[in-house]
Amino acid sequence: MTPSLEVEGLAFAYPDGHQALFGVDLRIEQGERVALLGPNGAGKTTLVLHLNGVHRAGAGTVRVGGLEVAKPHLQEIRRRVGVVFQDPDDQLFMPTVGDDVAFGPANFGVTEPELSLRVKQALGAVGMGEHADRSPMHLSGGQRRRVALATVLACDPEILVLDEPSSNLDPVARRELAEVLLGLDRTMLMVTHDLPYALQLCPRSVVIDEGVVVADGPTRDLLADPAFLAAHRLELPFGFSV
Amino acid sequence: MGAGHAHTLHHVGDSPVHRLPAHVKIVAAFLMVIAVVATPREAFWVFGAHLALLVGIWVTARIPVAAIAARSLIEAPFVALAVLLPFFATGPRTEFLGLSLSVDGLLAGWNILVKGTLGVLISVTLGMTTPVRDLLAGLARLRVPGMVTTIATLMVRYLEVIAAEARRMRLARVARGHDPRFLWQIGPTVRGVGTLFLRSYERGERVHLAMLARGYTGSMPLLGVPTTGRRTWAVALAPAAAAVLFATAGYA
Repeated sequence: MTPSLEVEGLAFAYPDGHQALFGVDLRIEQGERVALLGPNGAGKTTLVLHLNGVHRAGAGTVRVGGLEVAKPHLQEIRRRVGVVFQDPDDQLFMPTVGDDVAFGPANFGVTEPELSLRVKQALGAVGMGEHADRSPMHLSGGQRRRVALATVLACDPEILVLDEPSSNLDPVARRELAEVLLGLDRTMLMVTHDLPYALQLCPRSVVIDEGVVVADGPTRDLLADPAFLAAHRLELPFGFSV
Repeated sequence: MGAGHAHTLHHVGDSPVHRLPAHVKIVAAFLMVIAVVATPREAFWVFGAHLALLVGIWVTARIPVAAIAARSLIEAPFVALAVLLPFFATGPRTEFLGLSLSVDGLLAGWNILVKGTLGVLISVTLGMTTPVRDLLAGLARLRVPGMVTTIATLMVRYLEVIAAEARRMRLARVARGHDPRFLWQIGPTVRGVGTLFLRSYERGERVHLAMLARGYTGSMPLLGVPTTGRRTWAVALAPAAAAVLFATAGYA
């Protein structure tokens, strides 16, 4: 079976010369849920922006569902990689929730009546079916996060990429989002500092530090090694142990 | 949509006027404004006829006159200009209540006042019967350049976000004892405006990134394109056609 994501020897330096990635290898099979962990500045976001072709690899390749990330099929790559950004206010820019969810599929050539159906299904999948006509401004933080997820689900992506999905959420919204994510049955790459959330949602974790993958294995095993965590500026919150 | 926040112009309703497609209403309103502007200023009765047309639309749309009046206050500065003109314009003068007024100025003032008022009333009527998002979609349908409608769409969405950010920054200043009472204490507020600009700029970059991630290629997709029948166009353009006829009659 073709893996959902294949990254081989990916290296990248920003135009100012700062090298962010030094040869990253990563393979995610269909249906896997993987947490991407690492301290601030480790290169996590840089890696994410390579997956949908916002950054172009300096060296190495990225393939999504077997298709290489390259200019001729950038549009198809962006449909296949659904990025949910950290701040929903950046992601939700249309006047209403329904319009925002329709934005992606409409760009990818979906037309009515299929478009309305996609919007309805995506909002239904995140429990926001009632709110299509509201302004994103009038939603709670948790609702906005779920709508942001719906805007990506409507594009029917091969892989969901979530950037800090649990940040700024109250405990109930955090749990509700976890339930929605667990119910989706999709390939997922979740960038997070929230280690208990990684443990709850992702059986496998990849730790990246200083631009290279330093560990790749079962989340529970990685989090059970305090010395390893400390070496990469990671630690479980007070009172937690695995 | 509609009630409250940034969309206070819109007056929620379900009348035949509300239900007309936005792009049709925009064309009709535009034609009416042209007709009003083209009406010769001495053809006093024609302006009455234009107003009667508008009243007819208000009755059909079931929008209260008080709400229209409140939204028309935006015209006030222009009224002030119109009132001043008769006093300061040159040319032959006439006496009214012991005041010496310029005839030309009177006519010019009347011209500004009546055309401005009717123009504002037409725009307010359009705004009250059409939600902002429909107006933007209507403009896009009328092939207004994508850049313009995109900017307007984002402005509608982000004005509130930026205002909320400004409020949080003000709170953060006040919470640390900033209490500007005099002009020379305004420094932190001004620097706050600069910071707000930078933050908005950065947000703009992040929004653009999020748009690219969902396949944005430089033009907004047209969402839910309804086909508009000739009948709809005919109904919507009838008042505008009448206004054009009146304006033409004004030259006779």
